[in-house]
Amino acid sequence: MDTIFAEATPPGKGGVSIVRLSGPQARAIAARLAGDLPASHQAGTRRLRDGDDAIDEALVLAFDAGRSFTGDETVEFHLHGAPVVVSRLSAALRKHGARQAAAGEFTQRAFLAGRLDLTQVQGLSDLLAAETEAQRRLAVQNASGLLGKRATEWREALSEAGALLLADIDFPDEDLENGLIDAALERIVAVRESIEATLAGSAAAEIVRKGFQVAIVGPPNAGKSTLLNRLAGRDVAIVSERPGTTRDVIEVRLDLNGAAVSLFDTAGLRDSDDVVEGEGIARARRTAEAADLRIHLSETGEAQAGLLCPGDLVVTSKADLHPGDGLRVSAQTGAGLDALVSEIGERLAQRIAGAGVVAHEMQRDRLARAARHLREAERSGAEFLAEALWQAIHELEALVGRVDIEDYLDLVFSRFCIGK
Amino acid sequence: MFHVKHEFDVIVVGAGHAGLEAAAAAVRLGRRVALVTLSRDDLGALSCNPAIGGVGKGHLVREIDALDGLMGRLGDAAAIQYRLLNASKGPAVQGPRTQTDRALYRQAVSGAVSAMSGLTLVEGEVSELVLSGNGVQGVRLADGTVLKARGVVVATGTFLGGVIHIGNDQRPAGRWGGAAADRLRHQFAELGLPKGRLKTGTPPRLDGRTIDWAALPRQEGDAKPVYLSFLTEITANRQIACGVTQTTEHTHDIIRENLGRSALYSGNIEGAGPRYCPSIEDKIVKFPDKSSHQVFLEPEGLDDTTVYPNGVSTSLPDEVQLAYLRSMPGLSSVEMVRPGYAVEYSFVDPRSLRRTLEVAGFDGLFFAGQINGTTGYEEAAAQGLVAGLNAALRAQGRPLFEFGRDQAYIGVMIDDLVSRGATEPYRMFTSRAEYRLSLRADNADMRLTPLGLDLGCVTEARRLSFERKHDEMARGREALRTTRLPAAETENGETPTRPWTTAYEALGQGDGVARVAEHGARPEISQAAWEALCAEACYAPFAERQKKEAEKLAVGRQVSLPPAESLIEIPGLSIELRHKILAVRPATLVDAERIEGMTPAALALLLIQARQKSAA
Ligand SMILES: Cc1cc2nc3c(=O)[nH]c(=O)nc-3n(C[C@H](O)[C@H](O)[C@H](O)COP(=O)(O)OP(=O)(O)OC[C@H]3O[C@@H](n4cnc5c(N)ncnc54)[C@H](O)[C@@H]3O)c2cc1C
Ligand SMILES: Nc1nc2c(ncn2[C@@H]2O[C@H](COP(=O)(O)OP(=O)(O)OP(=O)(O)O)[C@@H](O)[C@H]2O)c(=O)[nH]1
Ligand SMILES: [Mg+2]
Repeated sequence: MDTIFAEATPPGKGGVSIVRLSGPQARAIAARLAGDLPASHQAGTRRLRDGDDAIDEALVLAFDAGRSFTGDETVEFHLHGAPVVVSRLSAALRKHGARQAAAGEFTQRAFLAGRLDLTQVQGLSDLLAAETEAQRRLAVQNASGLLGKRATEWREALSEAGALLLADIDFPDEDLENGLIDAALERIVAVRESIEATLAGSAAAEIVRKGFQVAIVGPPNAGKSTLLNRLAGRDVAIVSERPGTTRDVIEVRLDLNGAAVSLFDTAGLRDSDDVVEGEGIARARRTAEAADLRIHLSETGEAQAGLLCPGDLVVTSKADLHPGDGLRVSAQTGAGLDALVSEIGERLAQRIAGAGVVAHEMQRDRLARAARHLREAERSGAEFLAEALWQAIHELEALVGRVDIEDYLDLVFSRFCIGK
Repeated sequence: MFHVKHEFDVIVVGAGHAGLEAAAAAVRLGRRVALVTLSRDDLGALSCNPAIGGVGKGHLVREIDALDGLMGRLGDAAAIQYRLLNASKGPAVQGPRTQTDRALYRQAVSGAVSAMSGLTLVEGEVSELVLSGNGVQGVRLADGTVLKARGVVVATGTFLGGVIHIGNDQRPAGRWGGAAADRLRHQFAELGLPKGRLKTGTPPRLDGRTIDWAALPRQEGDAKPVYLSFLTEITANRQIACGVTQTTEHTHDIIRENLGRSALYSGNIEGAGPRYCPSIEDKIVKFPDKSSHQVFLEPEGLDDTTVYPNGVSTSLPDEVQLAYLRSMPGLSSVEMVRPGYAVEYSFVDPRSLRRTLEVAGFDGLFFAGQINGTTGYEEAAAQGLVAGLNAALRAQGRPLFEFGRDQAYIGVMIDDLVSRGATEPYRMFTSRAEYRLSLRADNADMRLTPLGLDLGCVTEARRLSFERKHDEMARGREALRTTRLPAAETENGETPTRPWTTAYEALGQGDGVARVAEHGARPEISQAAWEALCAEACYAPFAERQKKEAEKLAVGRQVSLPPAESLIEIPGLSIELRHKILAVRPATLVDAERIEGMTPAALALLLIQARQKSAA
């Protein structure tokens, strides 16, 4: 069983973040960061360090196996809230062999250990809904993004390598061309290098760096640009009483109660014959679809039906002109803005707990493990190479889809004339 | 006329490789067994290429042998050439293979059969299964005789709805000379067992006296043979070499010109054939750029002039077969003993079986061999062993037995069959085994003989020899683990973590065997035990990891899930996942975990559903 960790508190909220670490290596890993650990069910302050780097001064709680939430050894770190502290700790935990938990994994372990009753786990359903939604969005992002393209290439190269190894191992009596293993190795090294490059620089890191994306959508003149300016605290977008003012997508980066957010102002949605406006509207839709959260803003309190996802915010604008109940804001008077900001924070926190960035981080973990499997096997024989390939593909499954022996066989039989 | 004539514990229908192994297993468990077959001559017939073993297939033979089955010993008794395939690779993917003498094999089989006390050989055609409710009671023969037993193994091979195709000629038959027995097929249909259609083919046979051997390169066997059976210690027969020839452009022209006359290309055949055993027609159509294909000329026996040309199975008319044969080097004046042909046959969808090979819903009724959609002697024999053991256990009222994917290739094969079915004749490949590094031909005895001892299907002689080797290995392992050698230099100049390694660890590294010997650390144990230890050490780090994985799976496999229909009611599951659950119909948590797109949270919900259902 792996040792897993996850942030137990919604990120960026309040003064304290709790990171939970659980599994057979939990105490050992924690001890490497904290020096020694308090006795089971005791708390103590420890200075957490990762080698020479200080992470934080934290409150540490340890639980012995059999006496914890999951039934396994568990250690909780209560950190000073800043997201950067959490990510520093995550990096250190990962380095020592723990991995980011998948959504629901703690609960699953707890349930399997008989530590939860049914009512306590019903919440999983909601989590699952959020998770599927987040995964769907992630899939859309990945498929259109750089990572998606690379994943397709990786899949192809790894399947080919697998097919070459299969041909070499399982058909030794056939009169096949020489150098199958070298050809497989060439593909494996290329994939491994590409994964490492991806990890080191661009794609994955960029996704994580991008933060949460929140798009304001609505009909023209709803007050979208005004709201963006108000939340940003400066005049970023042009405001006018003419409908159809905004054409391009405008992005501002904000710190909403500690969470990094990219806020997008978009063109008002309507049928338009104007080519430029039409393009603006198309961009607005794309931005809205790719965003993690949408604020549907209108004077009537209606949502854009085609873009509405579960968990979106539907907000009435110009509350000074349209008084009433529900989520209403006036960009002019500032009424309702605090409530809106805290709603956004709330949603984001749910998403983080659900998947969102977690999924990204998990992917990073998996990519790293896949690369390691491949690297370790590069200098050994065919059967080890095939084994490593198997493991790597398993890690990449979420990204590249499942590769099955039948896929290998298809490739082998289309490429080689095999059989007696 | 209904009269009970004989009572048995187990009845095996069919005396091919599956049936033979099934009967032998039931006999080893002390059962009274009836082995019913159309003709005595079918006993242990090698219908096609008289070769046994190979990569994957050799693994199966060793596993059968480890459980004291027949195939390995019979193969060794008839072997006229040994080759260890993949000898240049690691032991995990090495496979022992033999070329056997068809007549000697048959002789060995009849010797083995007459040595089995408790076995009754019945020559006849089974026309019907005798069922009551959802249990089996016995079989009825075409002459009206009824044989009774609590366990029945159906191992009738290709005899169900078999049709032979040679060019445009078609005739019913399972194998050359066999009479098609398809009355049973109708009964299977009535029982609601789904079936499918497959095809396979065989090349023409040549008269070896008409081959110009001197003009052809030869392929010799290994100088130091690796036997099929763990018990074999000496080579039984004179060893021979095979000839090697190849197709020419002229051969390809002849075949291309006559494609329309091939049963395969005239649309007479609907069954799917194996991709790894294409006919020569297929090879030429699918790989037009390849100007030549290798053909091995394998003598079928020491005193037999028949030669099997490996690589040219076909369903072209006789005269075309002869013409293309004569276009190959060394065969210019060859005579054909028998033409090649394609066979189409029905099989029972193995997804209606359990991992015990018992038909789901019919106690005591087992299916084994080619009738389950597999191809190959070894695949058939391995299933026969499982079905025979379980039929005997069923007759004894003992719990049935199944192999895990982490235990044996046999387990991999059966799991593949019952969970995925067969879309082409199923053949064993090592790449099908995810625990390939642990499931080796060299350690089949260490993996399975203890299981066989528990089941009671391993006889005394094997027990003794197994225990001797086991103890020697334990002694050797201990000695190697407590001997320290200086650490090997690392390739990239990194400092090793400690200045020494144990001899056991060293053994698993590149030049380990030589280093251990150099330091005089080779323990004083038999060569067999020593070689087994070398292989074991080579994969030790992986074995550890695979063992942990397997343990985790074992826990999950114990959790059975409610039917798919109730699983998909779970709120929150995506539509996609629902579709997949309906399609895959996971029986256990492990099955569910394997579904693409399954997440831990979704899995937890399935689990909750399972507990709720079982509590309700
Ligand atoms: C043309 C051809 C070529 C092949 N080539 C190869 C090859 O090169 N290498 C390889 O490994 N495998 C080959 N195979 C496959 C291999 O022969 C089979 O997979 C294997 O022999 C199947 O064994 P079995 O025991 O399931 O059935 P079989 O060996 O077919 O045995 C069936 C038995 O059932 C008996 N029987 C059938 N119906 C009845 C009945 N109603 N009552 C009583 N008895 C009955 C028959 O008498 C026979 O003894 C080939 C098969 C064919 C048909
Ligand atoms: N009374 C009142 N007027 C507002 C408020 N917010 C925006 N307005 C006015 O509404 C008009 C449109 O505002 P914008 O922010 O440009 O609207 P938009 O939704 O960005 O419009 P497009 O870019 O055209 O889609 C401007 O004249 C704003 O001054 C508000 O809260 N109260
Ligand atoms: Mg605007």
